[in-house]
Amino acid sequence: MKKVPLLSFIHRPQNELEKEGRTVAAVQQDEYEQEKTCPNCHKSIPLSRLWSNYNTCSCGYHFRMAARQRIRFVTDKDSFNEMFSDMRSANPLDFPGYDKKLETVCDASREEEAVICGTAEFNGRKCCLFVMEPYFMMGSMGTVVGEKITLLFEYALENRLPVIGYTVSGGARMQEGILSLMQMAKTSGAVKRHSDAGLFYLTILTDPTTGGVTASFAMEGDIILAEPGATIGFAGARVVEQTTRKALPKGFQTSEFLLKHGFVDAIVPRQTQKDTIVHLLDLHARGGAV
Amino acid sequence: MSKTAYEKVKIARGNKRPTGLDYIRGIFKGFFELHGDRRFGDDPAIVGGIALLNDIPVTVIAIEKGHTMRERTARSFGAPSPDGYRKALRLMYQAEKFKRPVICFVDTSGAYCGIDAEERGQGQAIAENLTAMMTLNVPVISVLIGEGGSGGALALSVADRVWMLENAVYSVISPEGCASILWKDSSKAADAAAYLKLTAQDALSYGVVEEVLPEADIGQKSFYENLREKLYGEIQGLLTEDNLPQKRYERFRAFGKPTSENREAEDTRSDT
Repeated sequence: MKKVPLLSFIHRPQNELEKEGRTVAAVQQDEYEQEKTCPNCHKSIPLSRLWSNYNTCSCGYHFRMAARQRIRFVTDKDSFNEMFSDMRSANPLDFPGYDKKLETVCDASREEEAVICGTAEFNGRKCCLFVMEPYFMMGSMGTVVGEKITLLFEYALENRLPVIGYTVSGGARMQEGILSLMQMAKTSGAVKRHSDAGLFYLTILTDPTTGGVTASFAMEGDIILAEPGATIGFAGARVVEQTTRKALPKGFQTSEFLLKHGFVDAIVPRQTQKDTIVHLLDLHARGGAV
Repeated sequence: MSKTAYEKVKIARGNKRPTGLDYIRGIFKGFFELHGDRRFGDDPAIVGGIALLNDIPVTVIAIEKGHTMRERTARSFGAPSPDGYRKALRLMYQAEKFKRPVICFVDTSGAYCGIDAEERGQGQAIAENLTAMMTLNVPVISVLIGEGGSGGALALSVADRVWMLENAVYSVISPEGCASILWKDSSKAADAAAYLKLTAQDALSYGVVEEVLPEADIGQKSFYENLREKLYGEIQGLLTEDNLPQKRYERFRAFGKPTSENREAEDTRSDT
């Protein structure tokens, strides 16, 4: 029996409410039920209520969400078919400590890599879907993430399917060095080919989307949505502060900041994401983009 | 010959080392500089224009660091802003229109890290260059002449041929940044530099660059003459090739491909 890491039950909820991914509000709070404190409004929220409201607080704060939980709440029931799930990162640079790190992260997250790819239906419309995993090295992009996303775009191109992508990433994975950097070019090439074929690509940026993922496929969507309050940027805020020695403006690198500066199309809370995705797919249905 | 990775990092950063403008002056004739991104401004960290490579008109784009402190400050230490990448992109599209090959000289510790750069979409600017360069329908050669700092360097290096100076480095993160993340101690940068496999020889072994250029006579007349003839020969060859974007895609597609057994297993799975 492996040691279960603290809070792992949040990453992979097992209660009945969560199985279907949604909507029924928690009727009552169990006496021993754990609570989470909202970092925004500082209220305590029983976990069942949090889960039944898409991991959001009533004040609007969006807690981080594991990839599989996201897939359950956003796709049609039982429509998700996972692809490329067997791929695992090697240690191409023989980077010290990386093998061990991967092992620990696999155990803790119960995922093999930082992105989950496949096909899914949204109100009956078939799409390719990738969802990045915040609990796997903060969604960092190494060779496997790059390869899975590239394969997904190639599959989508071949089968003329739109791609929906949820991003969350600390950037390129430094333990795979220059090969991680090359994934930015590789995935961008695959996105471009898909795009040049007149197919639709929608990205939804979630907290945090930074570094090499921002500077590649996250920012290459035909339409770019963001979750409220997410941190989105290229350079890390701390690095910007240290480099410029200037106080950062309020709300720097939030979704709202990007909307104001013209880099995202809309901010969409989780409660309306599925409807928004379906609506956008409908709007692209003519002309074969979907 | 047996320099450590971190010694190479220091050489690559040295302020006596030829910068982008030195290469432009040493290699090309009739360089005419073109300014501005037609969107917001003109980034002094990226110099671009049209010039003659022997008898072939080419578009040249170079990151310029400057030598003296005054120059370095004026060039923002060779850290391009989004305006710089957008200027480069404008010149690349222009090159494509007039069927001019593109030659880039890359030398940056990384894309500029600042409040205004984030406001103007540094990530988006880099991402757009990556997609655009992938399908550019003219030959592109990038030469890494000093520091190849992460996405900021890659944004000018999605090329048909990537060459690297013997003591240049190419990395996903600075050794100092890597050390401070891993060990909360940037003084361990020398260890990090070795682990990151950032030397030209490493890049060659991974196929990230096609060639490593010797530096014995760096900055001298013979150095630029040799590089001019080498670029000229390569450009002439590339100009006769068909379907460059397809080959460029395959060049980058190959990085990090899993083994064939893995692929077969995946292929059956993906049919569902």
